Amino acid sequence: MTSLPEPSAIKLGLVIDLDICVGCQACVVNCKEWNTSGYGAPLSDENAYGENPSGAWLNRVHAYEAGTGADARTVHFPKSCLHCEDAPCVKVCPTGASFKRAEDGIVLVNEEWCIGCGLCAWSCPYGAREMDPSEGVMKKCTLCVDRIYNANLPAEDQVPACVRTCPTNARHFGDLGDPGSDVSRLVAARGGFDLMPEQNTKPVNKYLPPRPRRVADDTPVSLLAMAEDATPSGFWKWVDSTLERLG
Amino acid sequence: MPLNNALKKSVNSSEPVVDVSPEVSDEIRKTTCYMCACRCGINVHIRDNKIRYIEGNKDHPINKGVLCAKGSAGIMQHYSPARLKQPMRRVGPRGSGEFKAITWEEALQTATDWLEPVRQTDPKKLAFFTGRDQSQALTSWWAQQFGTPNFAAHGGFCSVNMAAGGIYTVGGAFWEFGAPDWDRTEMFVLFGVAEDHDSNPIKMGLGKVKGRGKRVVSVNPVQTGYAAISDDWYGVTPGTDGLLIMSLIRELMFSGNIDIDYLRRYTNAPWLVIRNPGADDDGLFYRDADGNPQVLDQKTGSAVPHQTRNISAAMHGEISLVNGGVAVPAFMLISETYMQEALSPEAVSPKVGISAARIRQFAADLAEAAFSREIVIDQPWTDWKGEKHEKMIGRPVAMHAMRGISAHSNGFQTCRALHLLQLMLGSVEVPGGWRFKPPYPKPPEAHPKPAGKPNQIQAGRPLAGSPLGYVLGPDDLLLDPAGNPQRIDKAYSWDAPMAAHGLMHMVISNAVAGDPYHIDVMFMYMANMAWNSSMNTRGVMEMLTEKDASTGEYKIPKIIYSDAYSSEMVAYADLIFPDTTYLERHDAISMLDRPICEADAVADAIRWPVFEPDRDVRGFQSVLLDLGARLKLPGMVNDDGTPKYKDYADYIVNHERKPGIGPLAGFRGNGDRSGRGKPNPGQIDQYIDNGAFWHKDIPEEGRFYKMANMAYQNFAVEIGICDTPQPYTFQIYSEVLQKFQLAARGYGDVQPPKHLREQIKKCFTPLPTWYAPFEEVAVCEDKFPLYALTQRPMAMYHSWGSQNPWLRQIHGHNPMFIAPSLAKKHKIVEGDWIWVTSHHGRIRVPVAIMEGLNEKTIWTWNAIGKRKGAWQLEDDAPEVKKGFLLNHLIKELLPPKGDGQRWLNSDPVTGQAAWFDLKVQITKAEPHEPKVSYPQFPALSRSNGVNPKPQKTLRYGIEWTKQFKKISKANK
Repeated sequence: MTSLPEPSAIKLGLVIDLDICVGCQACVVNCKEWNTSGYGAPLSDENAYGENPSGAWLNRVHAYEAGTGADARTVHFPKSCLHCEDAPCVKVCPTGASFKRAEDGIVLVNEEWCIGCGLCAWSCPYGAREMDPSEGVMKKCTLCVDRIYNANLPAEDQVPACVRTCPTNARHFGDLGDPGSDVSRLVAARGGFDLMPEQNTKPVNKYLPPRPRRVADDTPVSLLAMAEDATPSGFWKWVDSTLERLG
Repeated sequence: MPLNNALKKSVNSSEPVVDVSPEVSDEIRKTTCYMCACRCGINVHIRDNKIRYIEGNKDHPINKGVLCAKGSAGIMQHYSPARLKQPMRRVGPRGSGEFKAITWEEALQTATDWLEPVRQTDPKKLAFFTGRDQSQALTSWWAQQFGTPNFAAHGGFCSVNMAAGGIYTVGGAFWEFGAPDWDRTEMFVLFGVAEDHDSNPIKMGLGKVKGRGKRVVSVNPVQTGYAAISDDWYGVTPGTDGLLIMSLIRELMFSGNIDIDYLRRYTNAPWLVIRNPGADDDGLFYRDADGNPQVLDQKTGSAVPHQTRNISAAMHGEISLVNGGVAVPAFMLISETYMQEALSPEAVSPKVGISAARIRQFAADLAEAAFSREIVIDQPWTDWKGEKHEKMIGRPVAMHAMRGISAHSNGFQTCRALHLLQLMLGSVEVPGGWRFKPPYPKPPEAHPKPAGKPNQIQAGRPLAGSPLGYVLGPDDLLLDPAGNPQRIDKAYSWDAPMAAHGLMHMVISNAVAGDPYHIDVMFMYMANMAWNSSMNTRGVMEMLTEKDASTGEYKIPKIIYSDAYSSEMVAYADLIFPDTTYLERHDAISMLDRPICEADAVADAIRWPVFEPDRDVRGFQSVLLDLGARLKLPGMVNDDGTPKYKDYADYIVNHERKPGIGPLAGFRGNGDRSGRGKPNPGQIDQYIDNGAFWHKDIPEEGRFYKMANMAYQNFAVEIGICDTPQPYTFQIYSEVLQKFQLAARGYGDVQPPKHLREQIKKCFTPLPTWYAPFEEVAVCEDKFPLYALTQRPMAMYHSWGSQNPWLRQIHGHNPMFIAPSLAKKHKIVEGDWIWVTSHHGRIRVPVAIMEGLNEKTIWTWNAIGKRKGAWQLEDDAPEVKKGFLLNHLIKELLPPKGDGQRWLNSDPVTGQAAWFDLKVQITKAEPHEPKVSYPQFPALSRSNGVNPKPQKTLRYGIEWTKQFKKISKANK
């Protein structure tokens, strides 16, 4: 079993805005595209052109419906590793392959040591790890550790691929250990929440909830009350007085 | 967020050392994406002459750095095993997919031999239609030089209702030709499915509007995609949007929440309309001797030209006319039309499927946003009359709509109604509203009229004008002396008089029926007509292989097709021109066609070969120019008969539409001229150096009210969009439609045939009206009680990429979504299979249950299903076994009416394919039936030169993954 480092002061992570995510899958595919040639083994795809195609992905967007009838709403829910402070996936790793970086809290897999036993995936309550079907090693979000410090990229591009590509700006990256950071302030302002806090994993990533929607039984606005006389003759009176005012 | 450099060193020595700063790429080449119609700028990272990574270009005006799922899957599209490899000639029966490889010389000579006699005898026997073509400035010119009127791209089955409805009403259109003022709007309203055109800009805009805490409203029977994040969702019944919109207009009028000043200044609401029932001028504008429309001057009570300065035009009143009848401001007709009780929320509610209270709430929200949150920009400007304005006033309600409105037989008028709603609110081309992107605004009068009248088509000569354009009345129709259609698709005939984009969906059906005539060669590009791009897919496959019993020849004798991939259509062609991928080609995203302009800037872009093809393929546009030179088409050969252009790149740089105006507006002359200037041999290099695009800001003074703003008009002239300023007035009341109306009433020289007159009277109303979609009127409501339609998956649509191994893991098959009430009624649970039946056909499909759905509607994702053998997918691919098309249920014709006429399943004004009029019933499939979608078709042969056995396992990028690299298990 593997031990976790002392909680780091810097807690790098993502803040994902469920009020804005349209489920377009840009982050999903751009993540795959960056990472298949990046950290560790490629993100392979089996049956690429056949029945039941399946590959390893570090990020997926699921669509759920919440509520019923007129109050139902579709929620698009991006899901990747939450880089938990108390990461169960690290603790169960028999080889020390899974580890949490002491300096910034990023959870990674040392593929050299990974034996593909899958215990970490079983222990993760979020289903955020995927076994690579070809390589037999565990794959997971690296928070683009090979981008965020990468001196070969322009400073503005030193963010995870999913954040850079997101068309709706629903994904934010930063230090959630710093209460003054943009991401921490966003979480505070929007009521950002932990996913499944009862699991006591202390996820670093946060989700921003959808804003409440106007529901069907709201008191209807009486638009006609805006008019003094809601009849055709009243309308023309209003037109005339408006024209008079305009000159 | 760049992180502190101190962090780069690991603080825990027991931790593995991670290389956080690996090399990314050898080189970045910037070009334009083509994974859909959006045209985003991309940075292609190249390593070892392979693609390492594709990201959005941060400097690009369209996407500002973001990139969607499709664009991010470009690697897989570029290296697809379904890429065609060489020119081919059919050897098996048509439809078998059996081909032999031939040389380009043989391919081009064959095409020349087929086309030369057509041109020299009857050029209209060539039907040249393109699909997802982004080079229509070239392809339409080529058709014109060949001499055939039978040209169009796929707009007729896409969203021509939005183009025509927009151009004829406001001189601009939704599509990607307009944009909400995302940074200023207080309320964004999205009608119908729109996850197609302008996809990244709309997603970015939604993020901005929601990020500012402003309201997003969705009107859509289905709560998917963009509708999912709406603050208000109106689950409208399909085809009734027009009723809803008109009810909103009624409420806004009764409550005094319309912008009278705006209507009077910028629309034809004050123009005088003749009321003279029973006369040939009834409903036309009252004009002076010079043809100027007149308004009623409030002060003098007399009619004066509408352009008169400093008058106060009346919005009601009446003057008597010497020729009989009276004239009244159009605004009076507007009030009579929309203030009826029949349009009250209570009256329309049952049909629309939204409560009266909710409709009122919607109207109140529009009113509140437009009038209580007025935006004022301190920017003086001068209008077309020369009147000066100190400020720009904004009504911050912005709207967008595409296919959801368009793909109905009442879509043209519904689109017009939507523009009317915008105009009533004063929210077009104003701060916070919906704005035009150049070259729009451009009213119909500024577009060419279509050419193709009998005297305009001559053997061996070019067509006398552009094949597509905008008609201004019955006299502009393309008819023979007997009144029969001139075009194979019957565009600009009485079947579809205002068919601005043609009717590609009717070409094959009409050509096989010989109605109006047979053709000799059908030439298509990037159009999957043997599958998802046709209504009645099975029928079209049969038509493509149908033979004339007397001659044994195919009814469409010769088919030439160009595509980059082994699509279903490839199998039905006789001669194949293999196209390149989007990373291997030149293209111009041109101001002459569909540029990438923004509301505040003009812009255009190129594609260039960031890779040279590794197969014997050529960019279609270069092939077209080569073919044109072989056919000696004017403009494509020099005086000595040699080809004028080496390839498409040469054309892009050196072709001039008129002196100084070419496909690209940037870097002209010596590289320092914008818009106008002589051809610059270094132009493409300058584009490449600039990130593959060019962009120039519109002056601040010209950024709003462009249709009436002289600063913009002068800028448009300077940049070459037009040669003289062309200010105009929005046409709420359409005299063009009224001219067709009068023809149907029996006036004028050009009148519709008898069987179409009632339909034209009903549908060609000068003010937008609503009528029931045709299919639901034609079929029995009890038998087909449900609406069925498709939505556009954001990760797939317009990508022609369902063979893409990454995207197909996201959308590999498509269930039919039904509402819980319907599931309960039919005792269906998720995962069951159902039969869906229309008047035309039946399909067997898997089911999913969805709450956020209009109860009368069922839906599925568009174009996921594939035919066995196509696209190099294996025979047991889910796209084949579980994926399906609604197309099998939709016929290009309405059920016969017993009069022998072929009634189109299209909008009667524009010919827009009415995909979303589909009415169906469902029944649960029997337990013993196979859980495989129906219909299935025989597998297409793979003997078409593409890789017969695609790789089972992909490990893209393995050569670069050195981090923690261990010996791959697969390599052991």
